[in-house]
Amino acid sequence: MKELRLMKGNEAIAEGAIRAGADAYFGYPITPQSEVMEYLMMEKPHERTGMVILQAESEVASINMLYGAAGTGKRVMTSSSSPGISLMQEGISYMAGAELPCVLVNVVRGGPGLGTIQPSQSDYFQTTKGGGHGDYRLLTLAPAYVQEMYDFAALGFELAFKYRTPVMIQADGLIGQMMEKVEIGDQAARFTEFDQSWATTGKKGRERNIITSLDLDPARQEQHNIHLQAKYADIVKAEVRFEEIQTEDAEYLFVAYGSSARISQKAMQLARAKGIKVGLFRPITLWPFPTEQIDAISKRVKGILTVEQSAGQMIEDVKLASQCRVQVEHFGRMGGMVPSPEEVLEALEQKLIGG
Amino acid sequence: MDIKEIIKPENLVYKKTGLMTDNPLSYCPGCGHGTAHRLLMEVVDELGIVEDTIGVAPVGCSVLAYDFMNVDMQGAAHGRAPAVATGIKRCWPDKYVFTYQGDGDLAAIGTAETIHACNRGENITIIFINNGIYGMTGGQMAPTTLPGMRTTTSPYGREVEMMGNPLKITELIAQLPGVHYVTRHAVHTPRAVRKTKKAIFKAFEVQKEKKGLSFIEIVSNCNSGWKMEPVASNIWMEDNMFPFYELGDIKIDGQLVTK
Repeated sequence: MKELRLMKGNEAIAEGAIRAGADAYFGYPITPQSEVMEYLMMEKPHERTGMVILQAESEVASINMLYGAAGTGKRVMTSSSSPGISLMQEGISYMAGAELPCVLVNVVRGGPGLGTIQPSQSDYFQTTKGGGHGDYRLLTLAPAYVQEMYDFAALGFELAFKYRTPVMIQADGLIGQMMEKVEIGDQAARFTEFDQSWATTGKKGRERNIITSLDLDPARQEQHNIHLQAKYADIVKAEVRFEEIQTEDAEYLFVAYGSSARISQKAMQLARAKGIKVGLFRPITLWPFPTEQIDAISKRVKGILTVEQSAGQMIEDVKLASQCRVQVEHFGRMGGMVPSPEEVLEALEQKLIGG
Repeated sequence: MDIKEIIKPENLVYKKTGLMTDNPLSYCPGCGHGTAHRLLMEVVDELGIVEDTIGVAPVGCSVLAYDFMNVDMQGAAHGRAPAVATGIKRCWPDKYVFTYQGDGDLAAIGTAETIHACNRGENITIIFINNGIYGMTGGQMAPTTLPGMRTTTSPYGREVEMMGNPLKITELIAQLPGVHYVTRHAVHTPRAVRKTKKAIFKAFEVQKEKKGLSFIEIVSNCNSGWKMEPVASNIWMEDNMFPFYELGDIKIDGQLVTK
């Protein structure tokens, strides 16, 4: 029989990491995700599985501890929230450049600046359009259920090692803090079956390995960039994930991820009760973005409303995907305010249906 | 003495360090980095820990240290080498982990990572090259630049009132309980080289016994940055750097050395 637990999103991702056979976690406290490290410390995974947990002196130190540990071929994770993730951008860019696998978790809160500790989705640009310097991409998973917080830990490690690249799990304060039923899986072995021949573990029986993002020779650095872009192209081809709810007969479409998808699903039900045929499209990967799928749906709906707790960030990708074929509008609240389903429905009626 | 005589093993006085690669050093002629590299690699080789050693290179003149040191290595972001080394060591507690950092990297941008890795007592070895200047970027003022010392960003000499004091970070971290062994040396004379090598040996012994962090500062010249000829820069170092950065042991076996 499956084990069921009532858990917070932040606890679920911590348990998910332990069960996925994570080797190490480095982090620094920040609201609304401090429960991740608190849960790990309470659970003593160093006794359960041998997983290393260390509270660093800053997010800057966390991400660089992650770099060092990832460079030895270990399955490593950190978590933070928006201002902390900003501090980590340098390290994320270095890890992308040095092709180091890792799982990053951003439980997004409202900004800019110190902003607020309440939920938000205003880090979409930061995560999907760069954040750090240089031409790199972050494979980004957006959980909408506490169950997905649990599941995406294992999925994140799988993808990170498959492509030797950092993977971001982009949640928001709502998903991190709310409690839901979670189905817990079996404990995976900590020993990773992935190829570690590239890692720095001491040059036993081989030539030395070097982990770096530096190559001062521009021709070689360009070749390295071409190699990275080819890898990102492979990810775009193979790793787009999304969920469609009642889109078959939809005349209007909500596009929303994370907690906004949950709110939009309720708004969809309210709309259908009023006879408005609305569907919900939920990107699960924010990068790679489900461009082709939204392109296809945009050919058969009258209008699209993106719902995001931001000033309108994802809407740019939805507009690009739908190629201005239909009217695309954004509705969102900012600064930690969470929209109600009624507000979402009202926005649909006012911005797209008219009246 | 002809060539046959010279190459006889008994006449060998010096040879290339086995654990250094054949890549030409990127350092200026006369700089102490090459000697410090060689000593570190000699110790790793002589201790027989080549297969269990992972080094961390910084950002600065020694950013390419992994081109020269023939062991597994990682290149860290500027100042973050102690955090990177922490990540490695925590996952592989039985491996030997060292960082090799300059003064700007370790004592300015990376001060927090340095102090916290030291305070946690990470079982790593930090080799700290202090030449009182940012060499790589062309000779700007460093956290360790002496009062009155001219650099490109203190062209009239370091004015303490305006630019602050030089940071004796080695004395500072010696105060921390996680640090087991702290010592300051140089590599400009045969005698200094022998002492430094002995210190590096001791540092790796400390790491082997998991007693805490070991920290070796090497006060070095930067003849290019100081705009002097190599020999003159070493004399200037003895006359100016050594009185401020006094050579010798600062902490042994977890105890501060009283002078």
